[in-house]
Amino acid sequence: MSNITQSAVAAPLAALLCIAAGGVQADDFTDAELERWQGQFMEVVEEGRRLWGTEGLGSNRLVCGQCHPNAANTHPETYPKFQKQLGRVVPIWEMVNWCIRNPLEGEALNAADPRMIALQAYMNYERRGVAMEPGKH
Amino acid sequence: MSKLSRRNFLKGSGLLAAGGVLPMSLIELAFADPRQNFNFAYISDSHIQHIKGKEFVRNWDRGLMRAVAETNLLDPKPDFVLYGGDIAQLGTKPEIDHGLELLSALRYPVRYALGEHDYYLDLGEYWESQLGPQYYSFDHKGVHFVVLNSILTYDEWTNKWPTPEQRMAVMAGLDNPNGSPFMVGEAQRAWMADDLAKVAKTTPVVVLSHSPLQKIFRNWNFWTEDAEQVQALLAPFDKVTVLYGHVHQIQYNQIGNISFNSAMATAWPWPYPRSYAQAPSHMPKLTVPMNRADPFFERDATGWQFIDLHSGNIDLHYALYDNPNRVVAFNAQSGRPEDTAFQDPATRVPAQMHY
Ligand code: HEC
Ligand SMILES: [Fe+2]
Ligand SMILES: [Fe+2]
Repeated sequence: MSNITQSAVAAPLAALLCIAAGGVQADDFTDAELERWQGQFMEVVEEGRRLWGTEGLGSNRLVCGQCHPNAANTHPETYPKFQKQLGRVVPIWEMVNWCIRNPLEGEALNAADPRMIALQAYMNYERRGVAMEPGKH
Repeated sequence: MSKLSRRNFLKGSGLLAAGGVLPMSLIELAFADPRQNFNFAYISDSHIQHIKGKEFVRNWDRGLMRAVAETNLLDPKPDFVLYGGDIAQLGTKPEIDHGLELLSALRYPVRYALGEHDYYLDLGEYWESQLGPQYYSFDHKGVHFVVLNSILTYDEWTNKWPTPEQRMAVMAGLDNPNGSPFMVGEAQRAWMADDLAKVAKTTPVVVLSHSPLQKIFRNWNFWTEDAEQVQALLAPFDKVTVLYGHVHQIQYNQIGNISFNSAMATAWPWPYPRSYAQAPSHMPKLTVPMNRADPFFERDATGWQFIDLHSGNIDLHYALYDNPNRVVAFNAQSGRPEDTAFQDPATRVPAQMHY
């Protein structure tokens, strides 16, 4: 690196450090906050668990839990991955929708639907601790 | 394909070729006295599910109808059919009636065992009114068959529910933490001891049970709480085979003199317990799992089984729909059931890896 670029970086950096030292702690958080965020997450997991065993995502009274007890065989740690029948790499919500449309004979959810997020939170939670293996079949 | 001599046992299966069925073959086994041998079919876990009015879940109806149609085409003909339990999903009269109507197309006598989905609504009352006692025994060509109600549980649990529907719904959720472990129970074990006391120890015994009569995975009730006591009752016999349902997957094991073989479901397959990362399980080491199911083919990893009982032990032929059929046969040399193609780890295929 030349001296010119070094000083060009140093000036804004010094400015940033001054702001932090001035008492604006933008990136700090407390144990109480951590607890609250975990609580918020677990509420969504609980909602996902509820949806997992509740009729209504489909039209024929089937529930996800009938075939996926404890969300087993959903493998969220492998997504996105190639699905041969779809012919491309898909995110997990597309497979969730596949199971909603087919075994459950229901209508697909939007990717951002709170129910879709809850289902994903639940699947991931049941898979906690398992190593990420994107692409694994 | 092996070089062993075979004969087709699915006669006219060309009729079903459109549905993707390949003719299954039965390995011919040579015995000193072939007159001792006989065949039966084994169908289980249809989970007929009522939607409303006259509507039932199409997928489960299809599974049972296909098993019945194919069983009717068997050649040689089975002497009878064993049904391993869980005709219904929520134990209601419409579900049991509809299931029995589909099963009535079978051209053979059928012997039934109770599953928890048939039982926990009315404690088996309607099932019993249609099919007879909840546990019983019978003899066939020198083999003693014992049929158990192995899905009982603690009385405190059974009696604690405000409504029968709530009790049924909780027991119907495989992973429901408010469920309760299956058991045969003291009264039935006393009956069993009495029943077996009249049977010579050299008589082959086959037990039909919905739950595994061994302890594999408690969370999903792949489990029988008093398995050790039941096994102890069977220990004095030379040859014992336990056939169980409930697990919706291929499992087999050997404990002492007892061979264990499970049935696939006609409805849907279940994950192997090892695929649940949060709890330990004890899948028999002997078991080579079935292939992971393809969700794009709704009959995949479901099916029924054909059983060849020879010299008191069984060969079990799994009629799998989107996979090659499997045969788990008693190996007289090693004294345990073994898969005839995949037992050697070197022969396994990637789809048998569950995680
Ligand atoms: C009739 C049984 C059945 C039902 C009901 C069902 N699924 Fe599936 N689903 C399957 C099977 C079988 C697979 C393939 C499992 C495998 O790859 O081992 C699968 C695969 C998946 C996968 C992809 C897993 C992977 O490894 O790629 C996801 C995600 C999934 N299901 C979510 C759901 C959700 C959410 C529901 C409820 C809306 C649901 N399923 C309902 C049978 C079912
Ligand atoms: Fe079942
Ligand atoms: Fe069951």
